[in-house]
Amino acid sequence: MSQKVLLKEKEVNIILHRLACQLIEKHNDFSKTILVGLQPRGKHLANRLLKLLETDYNISNTQLGYLDITFYRDDFRRTNKVLEANTTQMDFIVEAKNVVLIDDVLYTGRSIRAALTAIQSYGRPKSIELLILIDRRFSRHLPIQPDYRGRQVDAIDDEKVIVNWKETQGEDTVYLIKQ
Amino acid sequence: MSTLSVEHLLGIKHLTKEDIYLIFETADHFKQVINRPIKKVPSLRDITIANLFFENSTRTKLSFEIAQKRLSADVINFSAGQSSLKKGETLIDTVNNILSMKVDMVVMRHPKPGAAEFLMRHVDAKIINAGDGAHEHPTQALLDTYSIREKLGRVEDKKVVIVGDILHSRVALSNIFALQLLGAKVKVCGPKSLIPKYIEELGVEVETNLKKALQWCDVANMLRVQNERMEVSYFPSTREYTQQYGVTKTLLDELNQPIVIMHPGPINRGVEITSDVADSDQAIILDQVENGVAVRMAVTYLLASKIKS
Repeated sequence: MSQKVLLKEKEVNIILHRLACQLIEKHNDFSKTILVGLQPRGKHLANRLLKLLETDYNISNTQLGYLDITFYRDDFRRTNKVLEANTTQMDFIVEAKNVVLIDDVLYTGRSIRAALTAIQSYGRPKSIELLILIDRRFSRHLPIQPDYRGRQVDAIDDEKVIVNWKETQGEDTVYLIKQ
Repeated sequence: MSTLSVEHLLGIKHLTKEDIYLIFETADHFKQVINRPIKKVPSLRDITIANLFFENSTRTKLSFEIAQKRLSADVINFSAGQSSLKKGETLIDTVNNILSMKVDMVVMRHPKPGAAEFLMRHVDAKIINAGDGAHEHPTQALLDTYSIREKLGRVEDKKVVIVGDILHSRVALSNIFALQLLGAKVKVCGPKSLIPKYIEELGVEVETNLKKALQWCDVANMLRVQNERMEVSYFPSTREYTQQYGVTKTLLDELNQPIVIMHPGPINRGVEITSDVADSDQAIILDQVENGVAVRMAVTYLLASKIKS
C-alpha cells in the first residue's frame, strides 16, 4: 500500500476560498439558496464552506442541512457491506429554492443519483447544483458532473481518495491511497 | 451498528439486546422518514411481501402494510376468511402456493402457537411473526419498549406492570422477554385465574392488587380481556373485573407520581381503561401506533437486507 498527498492544508484552504467565491458569484446573498451536505462525509465540507462564507465574506443566515441517502441507495442487498444510516437534518423544505449538494469525493456518481431522489422528499427545488472537493475523473457510472469542483484527479479503480478534516482527523489533507 | 443475529423474526426470545437496539436505531431513522412531506423511501422496491392473516387483525395488519409500502415493497394480502383454507388446504400448501408467485418475505398471524416457526422450517422465505396464538407477538413488544424508551429516555431500570389477561396474551409474553432483556423490572397484575401458573419462573412478580401495582410502577401496560379465547368464565362478570382491574382517572390521581399508560389496542373503553384515562396526556396509546409503523419498517428493512439478490 502506498500513499501520496494530493492536497495539503494550505492548498485545501485556497480551494475552499475559491469555491466560496464561485458560490457567491452564482448565489449572491444566498437568500434563496440551501446548502446540503451529504452524510456522512460531505457534512464537514459543507460546515467549512458555511463558516467561511460567514467569517470571510460576511454572508450570514445561509440555510444548511445534512442529507442521509442510505435508504435511497441502489446497492441495497447487492453488497456485503452493511448500509449504515446517518442522521438527516433538514429543518426546512426546499420548494422553489436553489439547492447546492455538497460532498467530498465524486466517484461513480451513484451517491449523487440517490441524493437527487432523496432531496425530492423535501419538495421541488428550483435548481440543484453539485459541489465537490475531489472529482475522480474517468470513473463515472452515471452521467453526473459537478458544477463546482475543488480539484480533479485521475485515479484508477484500486486507488482510493481519502479526505481528512481538522475537526475529525486533526488535519486538512487529501490522500491518494494505492491498495 | 451491524446486522441482526437472526434470519427471521419469530419471537423476542431469539433476539439479543444488540438486535433490539439495532432495531430501535433503525426505527429512529424511519420515524424521521414517515414525518416528512413525502413519507416513502425506495429501499425495498424489488422485494415482494405477503401478509398472511389467519386470524382477525386491524391495527397490526394495517401497520405492517403501511410500513411495507413506505419502504416501496410490493405487498399482497391474504385473509383466512376468503381463502382456500376453508376448502381443506394445509398451511404449507397455502404458503407454498403464494411463494410460487415469487414472494421474498412472509408476515404471518396464526391462531396456533409455533405456527411461524413451523413455517420457517418448511418454506424458503423470511418470516415475520405477527402473532402466533398465545405465544409471541414480537413487533408489538418492540414497539412497546421503543415507546417507553422514547417517553422515558431508556428502558433499563424502569418498572413496568402488565395488567389484565396475561394467560391468553402473546403481547404479555413478548413484552416480558423484551423488557427483561433491556433491563427493566416487570410485574404482572390481574385476577389469579388469568395469570399463568408458572409465570414466576420467568422472573416476573405477581401482584393481584391493582393499586399497589400502579403505586410501584413507572409504566402500566393495560391488556384487553380476550373473550374470544376463553371457553369458560375466568371471572364472575365484566363489571366485577372493571371494579378490580380497570384503571380510572380517580385511581391515577391517588398515586404519588404520574405514570405512563400504554395499551396495545383494541381498547375496551370502560372495561380495562376508562375514556378519560385513554384520552389523557398520561396515555401514549396513539404514539404506540405511530411508533409501530417505524419499528415494523426497521424490522422489515433489516431482515430484507439479508435476502440474497
